[in-house]
Amino acid sequence: MTVLRLTFCILFLWVANANCQSKMVAIQGGTYIPLYGRDSLKVTISDFYMDVYPVTNQEFVAFVKQNPNWQKSKVKKLFADGSYLMNWTSDTTLKEGLELTAPVTNISWFAANAYCECQGKRLPTIDEWEYAAMANENEPDARKNETYNEYILGWYEKPKTFNNVIGSTFKNYWGVYDLHGLVWEWTSDFNSVLMSGESRKDVDNDSNLFCGSGAVGATDLMNYAAFMRYATRGSLKAKYTMKNLGFRCVKNKDDEQL
Amino acid sequence: MRKPKNGLAVLYLMAIGAIGLQSCIDNTTKKEYASAADIPVSREMTAELTAPPNVPRGVGDRKAKKLIVNMEILEQEGTMTDGTTYNYWTFGGSVPGSFIRTRVGDEVEFTLSNHPDNKLPHNIDLHAVTGPGGGATSSFVAPGHEKKFNFKTINEGLYVYHCATAPVGMHVANGMYGLILVEPEGGLPRVDKEYYIMQGDFYTQGENGDPGLQAFDMQKAVDEDADYVVFNGSVGALTGDNAITANVGETVRLYVGNGGPNLVSSFHVIGEIFDKVMVEGGSSINENVQTTLIPAGGAAIVEFRVDVPGTFILVDHSIFRAFNKGALGMLKVQGEENKTIYSGVVQEGIYNPEGGGIQVMPNGDEDTDISSGTKTLAEKMESGKQIYTKTCFACHQANGEGIPNAFPPLAESDYLNADVNRAIDIVLNGKTGEITVNGQKYNSVMTKQAISSDEVADVLTYIYNSWGNNKTNVTRSQVEQVKNGH
Repeated sequence: MTVLRLTFCILFLWVANANCQSKMVAIQGGTYIPLYGRDSLKVTISDFYMDVYPVTNQEFVAFVKQNPNWQKSKVKKLFADGSYLMNWTSDTTLKEGLELTAPVTNISWFAANAYCECQGKRLPTIDEWEYAAMANENEPDARKNETYNEYILGWYEKPKTFNNVIGSTFKNYWGVYDLHGLVWEWTSDFNSVLMSGESRKDVDNDSNLFCGSGAVGATDLMNYAAFMRYATRGSLKAKYTMKNLGFRCVKNKDDEQL
Repeated sequence: MRKPKNGLAVLYLMAIGAIGLQSCIDNTTKKEYASAADIPVSREMTAELTAPPNVPRGVGDRKAKKLIVNMEILEQEGTMTDGTTYNYWTFGGSVPGSFIRTRVGDEVEFTLSNHPDNKLPHNIDLHAVTGPGGGATSSFVAPGHEKKFNFKTINEGLYVYHCATAPVGMHVANGMYGLILVEPEGGLPRVDKEYYIMQGDFYTQGENGDPGLQAFDMQKAVDEDADYVVFNGSVGALTGDNAITANVGETVRLYVGNGGPNLVSSFHVIGEIFDKVMVEGGSSINENVQTTLIPAGGAAIVEFRVDVPGTFILVDHSIFRAFNKGALGMLKVQGEENKTIYSGVVQEGIYNPEGGGIQVMPNGDEDTDISSGTKTLAEKMESGKQIYTKTCFACHQANGEGIPNAFPPLAESDYLNADVNRAIDIVLNGKTGEITVNGQKYNSVMTKQAISSDEVADVLTYIYNSWGNNKTNVTRSQVEQVKNGH
């Protein structure tokens, strides 16, 4: 019975019914070599569901109304730094000019994690996020595509994209929007690939993570785009919040069958 | 960018302080320390930071202190050249970043703040730091956060600092570099004028001069194929109204750095000889130098006394970079001429290597008619083009487009087309001072051209009949008239 209901729910999701949490799409698992990897470091991803859009201001307002301990006046300092929800004028209202349907930013990892848990979901791992994000409109792995990489690098240089509404970038091969072009996104294990901050050292030393393709092939655009994401993640701590950093949730495929 | 000076009160306080210190020093024997690391610090002070081309006040004979440096990182759009903008990543809002001035033995407390609007994490590697990564490891900071670290300045000299976050080349190529000076005890010798200049190469999606916001081009950067090579972050940062200045008789000291990321600079000041160069920013002093090599990620201190007035052009003597990619600045010197040092043109004559002594100088109007009057337009165009290539091309460029902020365009030039006699006069007698061409102001120098009346007529005819100008056919007699009018 539950299974049936859930199936219906998913069906509804596919036709863009917003009633039943935020929309998710299925990402078919596979094996790929991430930036830091070599052939021996292939990563296998199981099938999972991913939010179509990043979590919006509006959705997060609803969340803190139900979970007051995540409101900016009540949040524990251990779980969010001083810039948490910086662009909100009160616990539940946004500053004028901030779009309701723009991604919520100035969110700590703890807050993002709590939000996803509350929805029965979780934050994606770096490997899952990078796997879903290597797709462009037409192919699941567009990392060697020049225009795709130029698009990403172009965004890195574009200021103030955090207030653009969700869905304003392209829909990728899996049906996911805004992985590139709006905001950075939290991952569950954001600091597991260590960039020491001294990136040249990461390249030179014996670190398995960076002596492979990451270092030698660093001249190609694909790696440059990814390097910047890994560098950004490496600069974070779980209580940090940033104006250009939001999040989205994912769910294991198995969970749907429970 | 510059912090306002706090007026006389501060000066008085400093003077009193200085006297106090002086008496202290007089009463005690001066201590020698085995190593700069042993120099103790007294008190705390906040470092004055300046945007280029300015430098902070010298350390003088102040003691080593705990020096507080607060540096903010800003990612912001700025002007590369007229009509072209670029997203610069900056230390302190300028390219190059703020100048930091310290003395040996200072203990620097460095706070690096990454503005919340920024997209990327950054850090800083100061070549003046003795320690892993030059501070990079300790300063890696996310947007909206700050990091603090301390270091002691042990080695004197002029050092580059830069961002070292992956991808390092891109951070540097976007303007994340600057200079930090570590003065010896007692400071560098006093000079009259000090300036801060730093070269950098830029790689844009479009070609040099393409309008609009130009994105960084990674492939060109990897290929080391620069679209812009500039001093102080943009074309024209040191020309026209932005030129640096000095008076005759003054000694000028330039702190010159090279941020790269790729190109090495052959730094040269046209019409000056460096009396002193602190080679590579270190302690070795070379004298009487024409051009000094500044490596990427390196610096040099050059000093020279200016003896005669005029405009002196600063260039990277890899000369196409200067005239075609922007590596050109100006030093304007005012004061009395000194004809012994530089006379200007004393005499003009005709040089004929085939035995000019035997030949008779042309005189009278007959020759005029024969040489110029009978020339067809096509002949004048051909001769004019050759003269242009030899004489005018270097400044006004192949298609008369000129160089923004330095040399006015001759193509579709309102100034040129308005008055042919004025144009003839400028070729004959040169031109100095401000003019407006096609809405842009130029304040530069054109020397008088030592070419014959025929050649003036031909080259002007060529210019007037090219690049959308009004097709005036300039004759030798017109040139003669202007000549005789003077």
